[in-house]
Amino acid sequence: MLLNLRDVTKTYPGADAPVLQGISLDLDAGGMLALTGESGSGKSTLLHLMGGLDTADSGVVAVAGTDLTPLDDRGRAALRRGTVGVIFQQFNLIPSLNVAANIAFQARLAGRHDPDRAQALAVRLGLADHLGKYPEQLSGGQQQRVAIARTLAPHPRLVLADEPTGNLDEGTADVVFDLMCELVAETGAGLILVTHSLRLAGRLDRRLHLRAGQLT
Amino acid sequence: MTRAILAALLGHWRRNPLQLITFLAGLALGTALWSGVQAINAEARASYDAAEATLGEGLFTQISATDGGAIAQQTYIALRRAGWAVSPVVEGELAGVRIVGIDPLTAPRGVGPVQVGGAADLAAFLIAPGQIFATAQTLANLPDTGATGVISPDVAPNTAIMDIGLAQRLLDRAGQIDRLLVAPQQPLTRRPLAEVAPGLVETAPQQGSDVARLTDSFHMNLTAFGALSFVVGLFIVHGAIGLAFEQRRPMVRTLRALGVPLGRLIGVMAGELLALGLVAGLLGVALGYGVAAALLPDVAATLSGLYGADVSGQLTLRPAWWLSGLAIAVGGTAVAAAGSLWSLSRMPLLASAQPRAWASARGGAGMTTLSAGLLMLAGAIAVWGQGLVAGFVMLGALLVGGALALPPLLTLGLRLAAARARGPVAQWFWADTRQQVPGLSLALMALLLAMTANVGVSTMVSSFRLTFTGFLDQRLASELYVSATDTTQAAAIVAVAGPRTDAVLPILSVDALVQGQPVQIYGARDHATYRDNWLLLRAAPGVWDALARGEGVLVNEQLYRRAGRDLGTLVRIGPGRDLPVLGVYGDYGNPVGQVIVNDRVFAVQFPQVTALRFGLRIAAGQADAVRSALRDQAGVADSAMIDQAAIKALSLSVFDRTFTVTTALNILTLAVAGFAILMSLLTLAAMRLPQVAPVWALGLTRGRLAVLDLVRAVVLAALTGALALPLGLALAWALLAVVNVEAFGWRLPMYLFPLDYLRLGVLALLAAALAALWPAWRLSRMPPAQLLGVFRHER
Repeated sequence: MLLNLRDVTKTYPGADAPVLQGISLDLDAGGMLALTGESGSGKSTLLHLMGGLDTADSGVVAVAGTDLTPLDDRGRAALRRGTVGVIFQQFNLIPSLNVAANIAFQARLAGRHDPDRAQALAVRLGLADHLGKYPEQLSGGQQQRVAIARTLAPHPRLVLADEPTGNLDEGTADVVFDLMCELVAETGAGLILVTHSLRLAGRLDRRLHLRAGQLT
Repeated sequence: MTRAILAALLGHWRRNPLQLITFLAGLALGTALWSGVQAINAEARASYDAAEATLGEGLFTQISATDGGAIAQQTYIALRRAGWAVSPVVEGELAGVRIVGIDPLTAPRGVGPVQVGGAADLAAFLIAPGQIFATAQTLANLPDTGATGVISPDVAPNTAIMDIGLAQRLLDRAGQIDRLLVAPQQPLTRRPLAEVAPGLVETAPQQGSDVARLTDSFHMNLTAFGALSFVVGLFIVHGAIGLAFEQRRPMVRTLRALGVPLGRLIGVMAGELLALGLVAGLLGVALGYGVAAALLPDVAATLSGLYGADVSGQLTLRPAWWLSGLAIAVGGTAVAAAGSLWSLSRMPLLASAQPRAWASARGGAGMTTLSAGLLMLAGAIAVWGQGLVAGFVMLGALLVGGALALPPLLTLGLRLAAARARGPVAQWFWADTRQQVPGLSLALMALLLAMTANVGVSTMVSSFRLTFTGFLDQRLASELYVSATDTTQAAAIVAVAGPRTDAVLPILSVDALVQGQPVQIYGARDHATYRDNWLLLRAAPGVWDALARGEGVLVNEQLYRRAGRDLGTLVRIGPGRDLPVLGVYGDYGNPVGQVIVNDRVFAVQFPQVTALRFGLRIAAGQADAVRSALRDQAGVADSAMIDQAAIKALSLSVFDRTFTVTTALNILTLAVAGFAILMSLLTLAAMRLPQVAPVWALGLTRGRLAVLDLVRAVVLAALTGALALPLGLALAWALLAVVNVEAFGWRLPMYLFPLDYLRLGVLALLAAALAALWPAWRLSRMPPAQLLGVFRHER
C-alpha cells in the first residue's frame, strides 16, 4: 500500500476545533484520488500531513511503508526529497533559477537527476523553448507546467497536488490537468488531488469529500 | 484630514516596529558617532581658544630672545623706557601645571583674567598673597602656594594664571622674562628694537594659535571618521525609509483614491519623517555625548603628548554642538527621504498597489553608470586636481562611487560563482544570494563604507606612527639633550660633557623670514649623527659634504612645498647670503618652514646667537654618569636633561592612546554596519519566505536553510571586504598624499599593514555572522505552519 492514514487528528494552536478528526484512508500505487471540500474543511492540511510538510497530533500517516509520525525534521525532509512530490496552487517555483534548473532541482536533490527525462518532460509539457527563462517571464499555465515537471522529474511514488489548476482559466486548467494525470499515470505513482472543482474530481478514480475535518 | 492621514501612516510603524527601530537606531548611531567626534573637536578647539584668549597667543606681536633664552628684567625696563608698550610674560611648569605670569598693569586689553578698570579685584591679584586663576581641576593639582585660588572655567586647561611676580617666585626665576607682548598701539617715537635690545627678535602674530594649526590634521582625520560613520548611518536610514515607502504604496493609493490631495499626503509624510528624525537626533546626540565622554580623556592625552596641547578631559554640553547634532540628523533624514518623496510625487494614482519587490534591482544600470562616472572623476582629480577642495571632492567621489559599484560587482561575482556551482543546493544558494543583493545592498554599502573607513584610517594612523617613530629616531639620535640657562652654563656643559661624550652637538636656531614665510633657521655641526640618521626626501649628490662645506642648505618639506624651494633653488638666509637647496627632509607635524645650514655658516650669519641647547652622543651605558657630572659640575638641573629613551617611550605611549581612540571608532563604525545588516536581514527574512518555503518543501531542512543563510551573510561580507580593501587603501592614499599635503604642506609615506587588514576582515565577517545569527536561528525554529502559509495564502 502506498499511502495509509489511520485515525489522523490535527488541531492548530489557538483553534477552537480540530481541523482534521479521525481521518483514515488508503491509496495503492497508481491510484488517483480526489479530495474535495469547502474552504477551511482541512483539505490542504491533510495534504500537508501526507507530504511530511506538517505533523499530525495523533494517528498514523504512512507513505510507502514509512510511518511519518516518529520522523524528525531531517527524516521528513528526506521523504519530501525522494518519495513525495508536491504541486502547489501558487506554483512556488524558485524565482532565482531558470526553468531548466527549476525542473531539475528536486531530482538533483534526490540524487536522481536524469537530463534526458528532464528534457523529455519539458518537451511533453511544451516548455522546450522556455528552458532559459525565469519564472517571472512565464504565464501562469507555463509556470504550473514547470512545477509539474519539477515534481515528476525524480520519479516520486506519491504526487500530491494542491489545487494545481486553481489559478488557471478553464481552458488552460484542462490542458494542465490532463498532462499531469497522463504523466503521473505513466510513472505509476499515486496521485492525491485537492480541488474545489467537482468536474475535475469526477475524472479521477476515487473521490472523497471533507467536511469540518471529517471524511464523508 | 491631516490627523486621519497621520493616523493611517503611523499605523504602518505600529505594525512594523522593526522598521521603526531600524530607522531610529540607524540615524541615532550615525548621529552619535558624528556628534561624538564633533564634541571632542569642539572641546579641544575651545581649549585652544581659551589659551589664545587668556594668554594672547596668536593675537599680539611678541618679542623673544633670539637664542631662545630668557629676557633679563633690565632689558624689559630698557624697552619700556625707549617707548615700547610691551608687557612681560613668564612661563614654567609647577607640579605638571603650566604656570603663566602676566603683568595686568601693562598687558594689552583682553589678556588675562584681571585688567585695569575691569570687574575683577586688581589689588587682590597684585598684592601678596596674590591670586591664581585656573579651572577647579588645575587648582586642585597645584601644591599649596599661599596664594588664593580663583576658579575660572574660561582659563585654558592645565594652566594657571597669576601675577608675574608670584610666578617668578613659584618658578624660582626671579628677574627672568620669557617673552614680551607688544600692544597693538605703539608710540611712533619709540627707538628701534635692534638698537635697544639687539638680542631680541619681534615675531608677528599668526592666524590661529600654533597649537590649533598643529592639531588641525588630527582633528580633520577625526572629522573624516565621524562623517564616514554618519554616512554609514544614512545608508541604514535610506534603506528603512525606502522599505517603508514601498510597503505603504497600497495605502498611498487608497488614501489618494479616497480624496487625499497628493501635496497634503507628501507634506504629512515629510513631517512624519522629520519628527522621527528629530527623535533619532535627540537619541544620537545623547549617545554621542556618551561616546565623546568616553573617548575625550584619550584624545586629550594624545593631543597633549603629541603636540603639547592642553585639552580639558571633561566634556561641556555646548548648545552649538547639540544643535548641530540635531540639525545633521534632521538633514540626514531629509536627504535619505528626498528620493522616496520625489518618486511618491510622481506616482500615478492608478499605479500598482502591490509593493514592487523591494528586493528587485534598483536602477542597476543607472547606478553602475553613476558609479563609473564618480570613480573616473576621482581618478581624474587624483591626476590633475589641485587644492584642498578638489581633494575632498575626490574623497567623496571615491567613496560614493565605490559604494555604488558594490551591487553590480557583487552580482557579477555571484553570477560567476553560480556558473561554477555543482549540485542543486549550491546552484540555488548562489542564485538566491544574487537575488538578495538588491535588498541587502544598502546594508552592504554601509558595511563597505565602514570597512573602507577602517582600512583607510588605520592605514593612515599606522603610517603616521611608523613615520613618526622613524622620524623620532632620526631627530632624537643623541642620547641626551641638555638645556643651559645662560651662556656661562652652556660653556660649562661643553667643558664637562666634552671629554665624557663622543660628541657635543650644539642646537642653534633663530627665527627668520624666507620667501616671505616665517621659518626657523638651524645651525648643524657636520657629524655622523646627521649623515647616518637623517633620511632625505630629496637630495642632491654629495649633499652632506656640500652642507659641511657651507655650500648650501637643507629645507624641510613644508618650505619645499609651500615656497617651491626645490633642489638647486636659492634660499636667502640673510642679507646678500643666498644658498642653494641641497636636500629636503620630512618634518612631520611642524607648521612652519625650516632651514638647516652648517654651524659655521650660522655663526657668521647670526653671531649674536649662542647655543643654549645641546645634543650629546654618549656611549652605551654612560648616560647616567654624564648626567651626574653635568648636574654636579655644571649645575644643570635634572629637568633640563632629557634622555632620548624617555622621549621615545613617551611618544609611543601617546600613540597607544591614539590607537585606543581610532580602535574604538573602528569598532563602533563596524558595529553600526553590523546593525544595518541585522536589520536588513530581519526585514528580508519575512519578505523572502516565498523563496525559502518551496526549497524547504522540496526537501531541505530548516536547519540547513538557516546554515545557508549564515554562510550567505559571511560570503557577502567577504566579497564586500574584498572591495573595501582597495577602496580603503585608496582612501588612505587620498588622505595621506593629497588632503594632508594640501592642508598642511607635508606628505606622509604610506605603509601597508596586511595583518591589520586580515584582523579587520575577520572582525567584519564576525559582525556579519553575528548579524545573521538571529534571523538564521529564527528560520531554523520557524514553525512549519508559517512556511506552509506561503502555499496557503493568495499572493
